[in-house]
Amino acid sequence: METIPILRVQDCLLVSIQVDMHDRLAAALQDDLTNKIVETHARGVMIDISALEIVDSFMGRMLNNIAAAARLLDAVTVVVGMRPAVAITLVELGLTMTGVRTALNVDRGLALIRRLIDDSGAPFGDRQA
Amino acid sequence: MSIHNSALPALLAKHRPSVLGAWLKRLLEGGLVQGGKVKESELSENATRFLDAVLIGLKTGNMTELQTPEWTPARQVLEALSRSWAVNGFTPAETATFVFSLKEPLFNLLRDELLRTPELLIAEIWATTQLVDRLGLISIEAFVKNREEVIKRQQQELLELSTPVVKLWEGILALPVIGTLDSERTQTVMENLLQSIVDTGAEIAIIDITGVPTVDTLVAQHLIKTVSAARLMGADCIISGIRPQIAQTIVHLGLDLDVVSKATMADAFALALRRTGKSVRSNGATNEDKR
Repeated sequence: METIPILRVQDCLLVSIQVDMHDRLAAALQDDLTNKIVETHARGVMIDISALEIVDSFMGRMLNNIAAAARLLDAVTVVVGMRPAVAITLVELGLTMTGVRTALNVDRGLALIRRLIDDSGAPFGDRQA
Repeated sequence: MSIHNSALPALLAKHRPSVLGAWLKRLLEGGLVQGGKVKESELSENATRFLDAVLIGLKTGNMTELQTPEWTPARQVLEALSRSWAVNGFTPAETATFVFSLKEPLFNLLRDELLRTPELLIAEIWATTQLVDRLGLISIEAFVKNREEVIKRQQQELLELSTPVVKLWEGILALPVIGTLDSERTQTVMENLLQSIVDTGAEIAIIDITGVPTVDTLVAQHLIKTVSAARLMGADCIISGIRPQIAQTIVHLGLDLDVVSKATMADAFALALRRTGKSVRSNGATNEDKR
């Protein structure tokens, strides 16, 4: 069975989705990812969807789910590389993915994750609301 | 009342030169040539071509159904004429007069020939009126269709003209929206904005709605859509240029824009600079020093 590789970059996990997702693949990815976060103590998850030309409601919900699960494990999720046409389609479908952070490309995504981790890593008293 | 074997085709074929002459006279009296809009030679050429095309159509004896192949030449002449007249700024009345002024010469012809049979004369006049009216309608239809095409094209051009995306600074885009945001424009605006975000790698987009006359629920929804789409691409949006009146309307409608907004483009730009870690400061020199 095909799987989607998860790369570790410092304390981040990088997932690049290049094929159309179906139920089983999505479930496997969620499983692998949550296990990997616990295993590696990762603080950030970056999901690259620049290769996808079609993102439907199923895919949108899966990204939301991954972000929610990662948040419970104290990791931030950033979706990067969404194409303009995909963004317009998602908005038309009413899927604004409010629970997920987004960035233009991998570079920006890494910077965003770094900033988010630094913010959340501050001592309790200093934490920004 | 319709007649199956109208005498008109035969009569018109026989008296074609005199009818054409009378018709041209009427057309010239109409003031089109005097107004300088069309040359006399062009007008007479068109009239001749049209009359010949009508004769072709009449040969079949069919005077009520003009969508048949026999009438194609007549329709084509009329449509081509209406199109060129519409482009050259003729009024619909002037275009229609071209066909309708054919009535008088035709009626005169019928009267001269059928003077002794009044019943037949009336039937013929009725059939001729119907024929000319139908031809007139064809020319008007072609005229209006052409006008509509012009309007549609201009709308399209306006749409493309009025949605520029401006790069204000490294990583900061501005989108001045002018006019009402309808669904179609929102689509264009969104596509332009998102493409520009990809091209310039912008982190912040300022949507300025100073030029939007009113904001209702639909416009607000379109704004929210644009902001959400930009956010999915990893860019934050700031809405600027909300006039006091519009701010009140938004509150009255109970809309939640859920986005950072600033009163003016300048404020929004200042915020954008701050967010991207840049600042503007005075170097102490005044305008006077520079002069």
